[in-house]
Amino acid sequence: MKALAIQGLQKTYKGGTQALKGIDLTVEQGDFFALLGPNGAGKSTTIGIISSLVNKTGGKVEIFGHDLDTALVDAKSCIGLVPQEFNFHQFETLLQIVVNQAGYYGVPRTIAKQRAEKYLKQLDLWEKRNMPARTLSGGMKRRLMIARALMHEPKMLILDEPTAGVDIEIRRSMWTFLKEINRQGVTIILTTHYLEEAEMLCRNIAIIDKGRIIENTTMKGLLAKLNNETFVLDLKRETEAPVTLTGFTHRVLDDHTLEVDVAKDDGLNPVFDQLSAQKIQVLSMRNKANRLEELFVSLVEAGRNGGEK
Amino acid sequence: MANRNFIALRTIWIKECTRFLRIWVQTLVPPAITMSLYFIIFGNLIGSRIGQMGGYSYMEFIVPGLIMMSVITNSYANVSSSFFSAKFQRNVEEMLVAPVPHWVLICGFVGGGVARALLIGIIVTCVSMLFVDVRIHNFWVLAITLLLTATLFATAGLINAVYAKTFDDISLIPTFVLTPLTYLGGVFYSLSLLPDFWQMVSKANPIVYMVNGFRYGFLGTSDVSYLVSIGLLVGFNALLFAVAYTLIHRGVGIRS
Repeated sequence: MKALAIQGLQKTYKGGTQALKGIDLTVEQGDFFALLGPNGAGKSTTIGIISSLVNKTGGKVEIFGHDLDTALVDAKSCIGLVPQEFNFHQFETLLQIVVNQAGYYGVPRTIAKQRAEKYLKQLDLWEKRNMPARTLSGGMKRRLMIARALMHEPKMLILDEPTAGVDIEIRRSMWTFLKEINRQGVTIILTTHYLEEAEMLCRNIAIIDKGRIIENTTMKGLLAKLNNETFVLDLKRETEAPVTLTGFTHRVLDDHTLEVDVAKDDGLNPVFDQLSAQKIQVLSMRNKANRLEELFVSLVEAGRNGGEK
Repeated sequence: MANRNFIALRTIWIKECTRFLRIWVQTLVPPAITMSLYFIIFGNLIGSRIGQMGGYSYMEFIVPGLIMMSVITNSYANVSSSFFSAKFQRNVEEMLVAPVPHWVLICGFVGGGVARALLIGIIVTCVSMLFVDVRIHNFWVLAITLLLTATLFATAGLINAVYAKTFDDISLIPTFVLTPLTYLGGVFYSLSLLPDFWQMVSKANPIVYMVNGFRYGFLGTSDVSYLVSIGLLVGFNALLFAVAYTLIHRGVGIRS
């Protein structure tokens, strides 16, 4: 079953800005789906329309088969939203915020309190339950919004940059949590600027730019398109002779650092062989950029160049 | 469905009541102090020189009007500031993403304003009892007028907040419309004191009907028929609810 089916979705804001130019998108039930794009590409507008915070100007959106135009209540019941901005009442306590949110969905108070305990504990916020939300750190506020979005136990969770400004430790614990609820059957749609996050969590991906979907495929399929990777090598050298690498584009950054572009089919062995022959030892090696990041940049640039023709 | 809507309505109402009770120093204490000053200055000091009005001591005469004035300003202020804050902080989105019908959203916020207004009404009535023996001529007229007036101005406050873009916008109507209409609405005087022309002009002021309907409930005397007052209140309530519903349904000020 399709968790989300979007056809020809358009949005033109009052000032005339055309944020979405007729996008089509499908997310299957149980998927962990990444919606990526540069700032102003139309990600938040798309999420805003799906979650009824933005009025569309054209197209059709179905959530678990419920059309937003004809079955809004059923469609809304299926979604939990974690927005980009903190949008809870800063003076309310965590418990009030999550229990009230359940109430808006018609969850009885006794059940809401049980769920509040469950999700606040899972997200390490239970100790703070009687504190006003404004006293929380940024990472805690992000987790509070996830707990709030889960209070009516939605079939689909939409997260708009959920880990923005969160330190790596908390980010990783949030990834573990999200993977677990996805494993339990919740469909997840994620937007993020941390491409490592999308690569690690998501099975399918769409890239949006200037209101159009420029790529919609599986994560594996997308990464398979990566023809070149740039590696940074830390070297230990016994001679002062210049490094030579035949057949590879490379740049010597300093006496001990070399940057090499490697085609996917060539592999790294010839690089190591040539360096060993020059009595140069490779101490360590890393990707210059995240693999998905390289693809993302090249796809967006290709889309823009194509659009300018 | 009905049960879900009831739970949502109760949640919004409790949230609203919790809000004004949490900041009781800002919401409940000032009206009590202001009205005490009105009773002392206008009722006791100046009132004793005015003598009788409409067959009652001046203090007795102004008590219903002052209670009504508190109800009007507080019901309006509660919803306008609460809904605008919810828009400003964007926590209104919590309700907009949920399957909360628009009428539930309106009734929840208006219900919060009515609750604050009724609580203020009780507080001011208790304060007035320190100065005068409060009598009730017709409890039902009093209760219905009070409830309809609180509902009307709470709904008006919501409409104001829907349109408001800054905090200034929610103080413009109370300052330039509500306060003059309330002071000229027969709170401190009987319309019969005015020349015929100004009596006629005053009857175009809807607050005259609310104050007089409420005064009838207390004293049994009024410049206009209490039935006309209640009829107008019902009509205005229906009109403003329809306006509020249309605005929320279209997403004015809350959806882009």
